[in-house]
Amino acid sequence: MSSFVERRLSSPVKVAWLVALTWVGCVYALGLVHQPDVAGDASGGFWALVIALWVVATLSVAGLAGLKLRSKPGRLAVDLLTPFLFGAFLFFLWEVIVVGFGVPPALMPPPSAIWERILVSTDLLWADFRQTFLKGVLAGYAIGCLSGFAVAILADRVPFLRRGLLPVGNFVAALPIIGIAPIMVMWFGFDWQSKAAVVVVMTFFPMLVNVVAGLEEASRMERDLMRSYAAGYWETLIKLRLPAALPFVFNALKINSTLALIGAIVAEFFGTPIVGMGFRISAEAARLGLDMVWAVIAMAAVAGSAFYGLVALVERAATFWHPSIRK
Amino acid sequence: MSTTSIPLVGAARPGLLGKLWRGNVGPVLVVVAAIMVVWYVAAVAMNWQGVSERFARMGQDASAGAVFWQTMAEDRPMLPVPHQILVELHKTVLDVAPTSRRSLVYHATETISATLVGFLMGSALGVLLAVGIVHLRTLQKSLMPWVISSQTVPILAIAPIIVVVLGSIGLRGLIPKAIISAYLCFFPVTIGMVKGLEAPDRMQRDLMRTYSASTAEIFWKLRLPASLPYLFASLKVAIAISLVGAIVAELPTGAQAGLGARLLAGSYYGQTIQIWSALVVAAACAALLVVAVGLLEKAVMKAMGGRP
Repeated sequence: MSSFVERRLSSPVKVAWLVALTWVGCVYALGLVHQPDVAGDASGGFWALVIALWVVATLSVAGLAGLKLRSKPGRLAVDLLTPFLFGAFLFFLWEVIVVGFGVPPALMPPPSAIWERILVSTDLLWADFRQTFLKGVLAGYAIGCLSGFAVAILADRVPFLRRGLLPVGNFVAALPIIGIAPIMVMWFGFDWQSKAAVVVVMTFFPMLVNVVAGLEEASRMERDLMRSYAAGYWETLIKLRLPAALPFVFNALKINSTLALIGAIVAEFFGTPIVGMGFRISAEAARLGLDMVWAVIAMAAVAGSAFYGLVALVERAATFWHPSIRK
Repeated sequence: MSTTSIPLVGAARPGLLGKLWRGNVGPVLVVVAAIMVVWYVAAVAMNWQGVSERFARMGQDASAGAVFWQTMAEDRPMLPVPHQILVELHKTVLDVAPTSRRSLVYHATETISATLVGFLMGSALGVLLAVGIVHLRTLQKSLMPWVISSQTVPILAIAPIIVVVLGSIGLRGLIPKAIISAYLCFFPVTIGMVKGLEAPDRMQRDLMRTYSASTAEIFWKLRLPASLPYLFASLKVAIAISLVGAIVAELPTGAQAGLGARLLAGSYYGQTIQIWSALVVAAACAALLVVAVGLLEKAVMKAMGGRP
């Protein structure tokens, strides 16, 4: 089906019309569903409209995906627009279904209610963000990644240690490390230090394993070249092997950026002062304040993606020579 | 470093001990032993203050020797020593009937069953998504970016809501936990499977085309077999995080059974030995599950005629 659509909708003008039609239709339906006599009691005609919109949206996404544009910025725009439209339509469906069927907000709040909740409680959210992200996550991430890196260098210097540490590290990396959260809370208290400690342990092993693997990356010939330049261990490490290991280091940094946020949030389930993203989630979930829970999750999602994106940007700048980026 | 990896030409063949030493077994044993030593030292150091203060308060003999032995025999130590954990494990795994609430076997089965159900659902979803993404350009363009960015979101944070929402529509027990596990583990499967299904190169696909194979035949005879190594690599990751998902799902809602509930109860009542033994069991479960997937991989590869 999709190839048929792609053949039929090859002209950008037709696709643009379809996208515009979807957009207008969705806005109209959103306005309609929030009318007092429609919300919670939408008629069959309304659902027919939604289904028709669904078909049109599917066609326009398929059309967008099938567009073959010459210009580079045009292709980039289409590549961004396609997933954006897809996601936006999912949010539209969420809103329309929840409001149209009158699903109780304690079960599933509509996106509009979550957005309103975000707007009215920015102070609270900011305090949670500062407690969990700026204190717990960043401190733990920095310490965990740096110590993982340092131990990896040490293990590289002492081959015996590497052969012993690597299997142990690989094993530990597969364990449910998150379980140490209650112990860390017991040792370091309720405040952010215990969350940072959990994050340190969670981020340590991916970094260790990746750096050790990355240091093997420089080939025999390159190392021999360094040797023929009479470069010592440290010079070879800094000028050849560490740069060659950078893609691995950034891989670990990216994995750790999401692990760190998860670790800090889950550790807060085990006891916190009355502020923090994990505390907010578990407290509000217990009293069915789901709009607040979703607001915190939206914030966590934005923070997590931004953190990941930042690391990815630094990676592009630092490993510009790598084939996967050079293209 | 490079000097050590040069083979020793003409050197005497190493004996059994030498082989152990040069392979991974010896070093791993040394590292594990070192961890144990550090553990005991740390336990004595961390428990010292509490014990000596209590001895002084109760007017008991607070000499260094008495305090030293007591640091390894506390009821609720800051850090229990390994042999205390072993004793607790023996008590809760072997001495108690496996159906009792005090048995770790009971709690582990509870968590593992949720893990397995979630793993099956998540892998099935992951494979389906991957098949769709590989075959439909629309899905590849629209869905794939969301699948990837879903991973930058701390998905585990969503666990409490899923448990609460499903609980309020009458679903309790195993299913909510399994759904969280499934949600966590579909991602690596999708990514690995997409990579695997695209692994056959242009020439192999062209060959299938010259045989006038249909899309379905290309899928069953070329893409699927080629994807299996990728699939199993991601299944190993998936089952490990599926276990994490099941444990975390037991945390926020005060579940009565499961390793997560055991951790939470231990943390409420300061029962450190209980926490540590639950952790050891969780680690053993993770290892068992990953090994099981590895064995399955070997069996499937053998059945398909692969040579190790």
